Amino acid sequence: MYKIITKTRLAASINRLDVQAPEIAGRARPGQFVVLRVNDTGERIPLTVAGQDPAGGTISLIFQETGKTTRALAQLSAGDSIRDILGPLGTPTKIEHIGNVVVIGGGVGAAEVLPVAKAFKAAGNTVTGIVGARSRELIILENELKAACDKLYITTDDGSSGRKGFVSDVLKEIIAGNAAIGLVYAVGPVPMMRVVANITREAGIKTTVSLNPIMLDGTGMCGVCRVRVGDMVKFACVDGPEFDAHQVQWDELISRLAGFRQEEKISLEQHAPGCTCKKE
Amino acid sequence: MQKRIKINERPASERIKDFKSVVLGYNPEQARQEALRCLQCKNPTCVAGCPVEINIPGFIKALAEDDPAAAIAILKDKNNLPSVCGRVCPQEEQCELKCVLQKKGEPVAIGNLERYAADWEKNKSNPGINVAATSNNGIKVAVVGSGPAGLTCAGDLAKKGFAVTVFESLHRAGGVLRYGIPEFRLPAAILDDELRYLESIGVRFVVNALIGRTKTVAELFNEGFRAVFIGTGAGLPAFPGVPGENLNHIYSANEFLVRVNLMRAFEFPRYDTPVYVGKKVAVIGGGNTAMDAARTARRMGAGNVTIIYRRSENEMPARREEIAHAREEGIEFLMLTNPVSFHGDDKGFVQQVECVKMELGAPDASGRRSPAAIAGSNFTLAIDTAIIAIGMSPNPLLISLTPGISTDNRGRLIVDDNLMTTMPGVFAGGDITGGETVIQAMGMGKKAARAIENFLR
Repeated sequence: MYKIITKTRLAASINRLDVQAPEIAGRARPGQFVVLRVNDTGERIPLTVAGQDPAGGTISLIFQETGKTTRALAQLSAGDSIRDILGPLGTPTKIEHIGNVVVIGGGVGAAEVLPVAKAFKAAGNTVTGIVGARSRELIILENELKAACDKLYITTDDGSSGRKGFVSDVLKEIIAGNAAIGLVYAVGPVPMMRVVANITREAGIKTTVSLNPIMLDGTGMCGVCRVRVGDMVKFACVDGPEFDAHQVQWDELISRLAGFRQEEKISLEQHAPGCTCKKE
Repeated sequence: MQKRIKINERPASERIKDFKSVVLGYNPEQARQEALRCLQCKNPTCVAGCPVEINIPGFIKALAEDDPAAAIAILKDKNNLPSVCGRVCPQEEQCELKCVLQKKGEPVAIGNLERYAADWEKNKSNPGINVAATSNNGIKVAVVGSGPAGLTCAGDLAKKGFAVTVFESLHRAGGVLRYGIPEFRLPAAILDDELRYLESIGVRFVVNALIGRTKTVAELFNEGFRAVFIGTGAGLPAFPGVPGENLNHIYSANEFLVRVNLMRAFEFPRYDTPVYVGKKVAVIGGGNTAMDAARTARRMGAGNVTIIYRRSENEMPARREEIAHAREEGIEFLMLTNPVSFHGDDKGFVQQVECVKMELGAPDASGRRSPAAIAGSNFTLAIDTAIIAIGMSPNPLLISLTPGISTDNRGRLIVDDNLMTTMPGVFAGGDITGGETVIQAMGMGKKAARAIENFLR
């Protein structure tokens, strides 16, 4: 059992849980994730390690309520426990001195780029952050990202915060401004990562994306997270989750993410608001 | 000579409706009668056929004398998991193959008798009859992976007084016995009993620990473990490498079985993990895993399940018993057939498998006749689900994260005669070193336990 120490509501449907997991807190590196199971009947889902406090022995998990498991997680409070957490998993981000690095987070992806931004900054890079969301209420970790980046741009679809538009609009402007960008690092919804990849491919800028396909064990055993990268089939849980954005076969990724959509709907209906079923 | 007593099984029409045990076992009189068939050979050849060296005539004699308590004591002296072995060992290739009665066509049903004795003990109110009172010597040994190799090594070391901790990456211990072998062949409750027995003799289990990532082998030594046994199994599923294999509703057998067995998708939505099984399922491969996947799909409601295998039935690696059980349950077999591509709908869900007919040529390195495609023999089969069960290779993760440990060109850990890897104090056994069956893995776990004891002495 992994005890929740604090719970923070970051936005309407986005929560942060700081969870007691000393071994993971001491070892996790930027880009890594955990696989967790909420309770004894739960499924296993991957979540990025969004922060860690090695001294306090806690890790931060930031997630948006999208399905049954994330809703069940959101219903937990400080003092409750998560049944199982395995990690840290995945190959860590390769942090090196590159020069100018642009990190892009879409929606809850902002939480996932934060530790990466910090690490690139600590390695002596000039880090530009671009985070986007539908509206102002969904912008998370603004202060933390400001502190981690040399410059931070915010975009909202409706213009309620930062500039109206998409993260890709800002990226295009930065590129047009002839900045020598050594690396673009992007995490967010698949369509966003795909647009970013298309822009940087044309501009010839190396781009890394962190993918979030369906996972089960998270140790390379089942292959449900297989993604086509170039002409190779990779397991995101062990070979990734980060890949060269210009090589990822996006159509296949989008299709595989929908592999269990029917079942996910049934599962969510079982967990409708007002459900009084006993929490385990 | 009395005929071998047939074990009781549930009829196929009944058992395909649930995940309960297919085989029901012997009743006491059947067990006694079968035990009486044993000739009690002075030089028992059956024992030589047992990778864990069970005193087979000894335990059978006890059963013939109606003393199951003595029988289980003899079994547990060498075998930490008798109720598992009684269910999943290929006895027909091991002890029973070496039985002198085999020459007359009907060996003693050693596996059935082992199962009977183990189940007898579980039905008692006070299990753990033969818990050897050992004094803990305080020497810490780490076992990585809780499958058959790891559990056997852990049990043997605990019996010798070592302080054993087993690390498992999944949330439940048991390895392939938990995630791979279905409930109807090995009920989870039976495995739980075996794990409780190991705990009762001092084995400690730590789940959610992926050695290599959660902590490294070097860190285990720093924490005071004096030796490490690696039994991380063959966790890397193979895919055929054909177009369309990443379409939805095409699973590796590992994924399919993990969903159903470990995550209990057969109880979805009470359990959160889903699994989709359509009406027409193709299972690719001819091993026990393929049989398990096919029979599981049948129980999940698939009306039509076809096993597609590139050689003929003679070359099928699955146990005859498993093939027979699958046939009884209505599984169809398409032999000498190989998939060349999968075709899907515009949403990316599989709809067809395109196959080619095969013919057998000269024997290959494994001694089996190697199959070759017959040009122009392509045909398609309408399916809505496919399960790939064409084999597994050693899980490379721990190895890739452990400097100083070497593998051969097939990714298997290199070990010496004492099962020690190229890293001093680190031993290995089971599929990670090239074993194939549960009992071979257990044999290696046992051998490694002896080697670790010698190493630490």
